[in-house]
Amino acid sequence: MPVGDRNGAKVWRRRTQTESLSHWALWLTGVAIFAYCWQQISGATTWFFVWDAPRIAEDIWTRATPPKWDYITQLGKPIWDTINIATMGTLIALCLAVPVAFLAARNTTPSALLVRPIALLIIVSTRSINSLIWALLLIAIIGPGVFAGVIAIAIRSIGFCAKLLYEAIEEIDNTQVEAITATGASRWQIMAYGIVPQILPAFAGIAVFRWDINIRESTVLGLVGAGGIGLQLSASLNVLAWPQVSLILLVILAAVVISEWVSAKVRGAII
Amino acid sequence: MLRLEKLTKTYKTGDQALKSVDLDIPEGQVLALIGPSGAGKSTLIRCINRLVEPTSGQVFLGGTELTHLSAGALRRERRRMGMIFQEYALVERLTVMENVLSGRLGYVGFWRSFLRRFPQPDVDEAFRLLDRVGLLAMADKRADELSGGQRQRVGICRALIQNPAVLLVDEPTASLDPKTSRQIMRLICELCRERGLAAIINIHDVALAQMFVQRVIGLRFGAIEFDGPPKDLTPDVLTTIYGEEDWEATIETVEDDEDIEAAE
Repeated sequence: MPVGDRNGAKVWRRRTQTESLSHWALWLTGVAIFAYCWQQISGATTWFFVWDAPRIAEDIWTRATPPKWDYITQLGKPIWDTINIATMGTLIALCLAVPVAFLAARNTTPSALLVRPIALLIIVSTRSINSLIWALLLIAIIGPGVFAGVIAIAIRSIGFCAKLLYEAIEEIDNTQVEAITATGASRWQIMAYGIVPQILPAFAGIAVFRWDINIRESTVLGLVGAGGIGLQLSASLNVLAWPQVSLILLVILAAVVISEWVSAKVRGAII
Repeated sequence: MLRLEKLTKTYKTGDQALKSVDLDIPEGQVLALIGPSGAGKSTLIRCINRLVEPTSGQVFLGGTELTHLSAGALRRERRRMGMIFQEYALVERLTVMENVLSGRLGYVGFWRSFLRRFPQPDVDEAFRLLDRVGLLAMADKRADELSGGQRQRVGICRALIQNPAVLLVDEPTASLDPKTSRQIMRLICELCRERGLAAIINIHDVALAQMFVQRVIGLRFGAIEFDGPPKDLTPDVLTTIYGEEDWEATIETVEDDEDIEAAE
């Protein structure tokens, strides 16, 4: 914050001369890199396909409309499977995420040196791999079907739920915990009276939020053979049955809208 | 009753919060602990029930030495020390009744407390205490629906239902208005008298302390500077505890207050 002197009046500038010069240089480099990348990408693009895209899209659109409405009779079971995969997966994930979160939170972990890093590792490793990839791995291990999908969703959700939950645990008001401790309560009683009531709203919010995400994730699991409506989607895509594809997409859309509505209602009721 | 011997606390940062404090509190005595912020008042109280671990020194409650107790034995002794907090420290999302009954956690097993199936005598006592502090109608309300003064009353019930031998009170009136502050202080002191409880009350408000307690301890930089009856708190004494300031007004107010009290 340089202050200069001009005819006796104090002049204030945000940056010194050298600072503003280096800012200019940084911006210039940024713009240059952007221009260069643009040129590289443009050189690697087959522009014919891009110019052709609207025509192809229009072609698929005409083939896909109207949706094949009577196909809906075959979609009831798959969408039910999809919702079950999401719900079961979320429930299993929550059961596993709660202990992990307590082990990972700085204020509840039994050992910050040994246990906490392990818990954090579980969180990072389960979060970093997409559920589609988990499903591929699990299908190889336990065979194709709904069960592989449930486990894939469950594993993928552990890290997410545990991370949000342990952040909630770290943010609790510690004086309430102190007050319960001062009564002579045991470690588990402190948890049940001092900590759990404080994180319950966060826990419920996380649960419905993750369930909502899992409905969307489980719709694609069938693409790799892990059950649910994705199976129908991939089968229809393979035989280029576009009216079926459009109907499946509509059903997925409806399921997601309903799940969003439910989770919004539940969250509203808790908070 | 409660005796501190050479109690010292040095924080990891190197700050010496308590410098070899010796203190003896006879049964039934209500004692105010005054001193500037950072003098170690909160640390002193928390070292007694070991919410803060003292660095060295000893604490005797009755005949029991507290600083070397194992975790289980410490929990049993904590039941005999009720604590009242500055910002009430109620569990906000639990009901008033649950908050009061949480004072019995040290006596009740995990599953009984988890399922909220407290023994009937505990529930009776909770109702009696809520009635005593005038909150019987609020028993089913959630703690965060109450006003400051009401919350502190619940805090008092939670401490008393422990059936303690001593009360540790940390700034009970810091977030209350002047009238409620007096009511809360009066309530605490009355209850101590009724039950013959000893109490250490951390308090900022010197005038308020003078009104209610039998003995005042002045703490400065972690050491005791003053120990005597409230009437001995002269401007000179306050200067040694808090530093240079015009203290006449503070002490003057006390007398005015007492006049008003008498007039009422």
